[in-house]
Amino acid sequence: MPDKKQDLIDQTLQDLNNDGVDRRGFLKCMAWAGTGLVWTMSGGIPVSRAFAKGYGKDAGKGADFTFVQISDSHIGFNKPANPDVAATLQTAINKINAMPQKPDFIIHTGDLSQLSKPSEFDTLDQVLKGASAKQIFFVPGEHDMLSDNGEQYLQRYGKGTMGTGWSSFDHKGVHFVGLVNVANLKAGGMGSLGNEQLEWLENDLKGRSASTPIVLFAHIPLWTIYPDWGWGTDDSEQALSYVKRFGSVTVLNGHIHQIMQKVEGKVSFHTAMSTAFPQPAPGTAPSAGPMKVPADQLQRVLGITDVNYVVSGRSLAVVDSPLGDAGASASGTASTHLSVVDPIHG
Amino acid sequence: MTKKNMWVAGVATPVMIAMLLLFAVSPSVKASDQPSAANAAVKIDNFVFGPQTITVPVGTTVTWTNADDIPHTSVSTEGVFKSKVMDTDEKFSYTFTKAGTYPYYCTIHPKMTGKVVVQ
Repeated sequence: MPDKKQDLIDQTLQDLNNDGVDRRGFLKCMAWAGTGLVWTMSGGIPVSRAFAKGYGKDAGKGADFTFVQISDSHIGFNKPANPDVAATLQTAINKINAMPQKPDFIIHTGDLSQLSKPSEFDTLDQVLKGASAKQIFFVPGEHDMLSDNGEQYLQRYGKGTMGTGWSSFDHKGVHFVGLVNVANLKAGGMGSLGNEQLEWLENDLKGRSASTPIVLFAHIPLWTIYPDWGWGTDDSEQALSYVKRFGSVTVLNGHIHQIMQKVEGKVSFHTAMSTAFPQPAPGTAPSAGPMKVPADQLQRVLGITDVNYVVSGRSLAVVDSPLGDAGASASGTASTHLSVVDPIHG
Repeated sequence: MTKKNMWVAGVATPVMIAMLLLFAVSPSVKASDQPSAANAAVKIDNFVFGPQTITVPVGTTVTWTNADDIPHTSVSTEGVFKSKVMDTDEKFSYTFTKAGTYPYYCTIHPKMTGKVVVQ
């Protein structure tokens, strides 16, 4: 089906930083997405491979893995856009627990709470306790910094982190870096990493082989989506310059409560849906605040992100799924988006 | 003219006219950015401080009220005042005792900026 392949290539390769992927185009290929199709770039030519256990010589060695990104749970929020954010977070956890391919861990990209209150963090912990994936990594959002510059957040979720809560770890050959861009924000500015963290990042990446896949995660997008609403990070260019030499870089963010993607060379940027409430697309509303949708549609605009790392192709496939499916596929996940990350070059 | 008439013409009338003029030019009810000497209000809504620049006399207490469905703060860039987090309908007040210009912003959403000018 060369024509369908070409359409999919065009859609994934173009700059997707408007309001996301054309759903009609992907619905046509829903069958492919349901089987877990992974697109990789090989010598600049996109090549599709069915992604299933048993693929490639490394299959079954346990090196392939999956992790899930959730974001913006905003526990404590109780306005009309979603009067019960703990319930929708529970739905997200149930969905993760039901995945046929168990995630090795979960990453929460911030705004755990609405007001940094201990009771809100307590409720969050209660819900997350029910996740079968026992390891959860966090980075704070600006809503988690509201009590004494994030003291509550750090006490609970900052073990093993430095400064305002940054850290890095390795998992099955992939290097993960959690960054904090919501501390010490300057008037009139957007997100900010700060010099201390940037210096740490530069050192952290030094000496690593360029074939190491890198995953950066932070709350506010590390690329400029919409400055008027603060959707960007003032000093992200410097951070991105440190990862430029790597063959595969995936950037996972939250904050904007909608999916946006962009591929720039070997760097793939992705923002996740919230598990609490959606926000409007850039410039389509007077402000970036919570967007109310009809109650029966709420589950479709909230979601989680599943990231599959395939060792043999050394690529990461990022698949978003809403909490509520408009007709669930057999696998239980209705994928609404698929993105490509380049395999390692040399 | 009789003494009484002279009094009316020479004293009472000018006094009455003067008093009428005095009341006519006295300050009217406060408009949104022309507050009385004691209090002024800034309304936070849709990620905006309204009015963005407010000019008040020395000694005025400015009260910020958050009408947004998202929490905000009001923090001076020079360290002069710092609100706690204001959830919907919560307020913060500060009394400006010195003349000057006081830029401030929301520390949660730093693109939100405002200014209090105290004269």
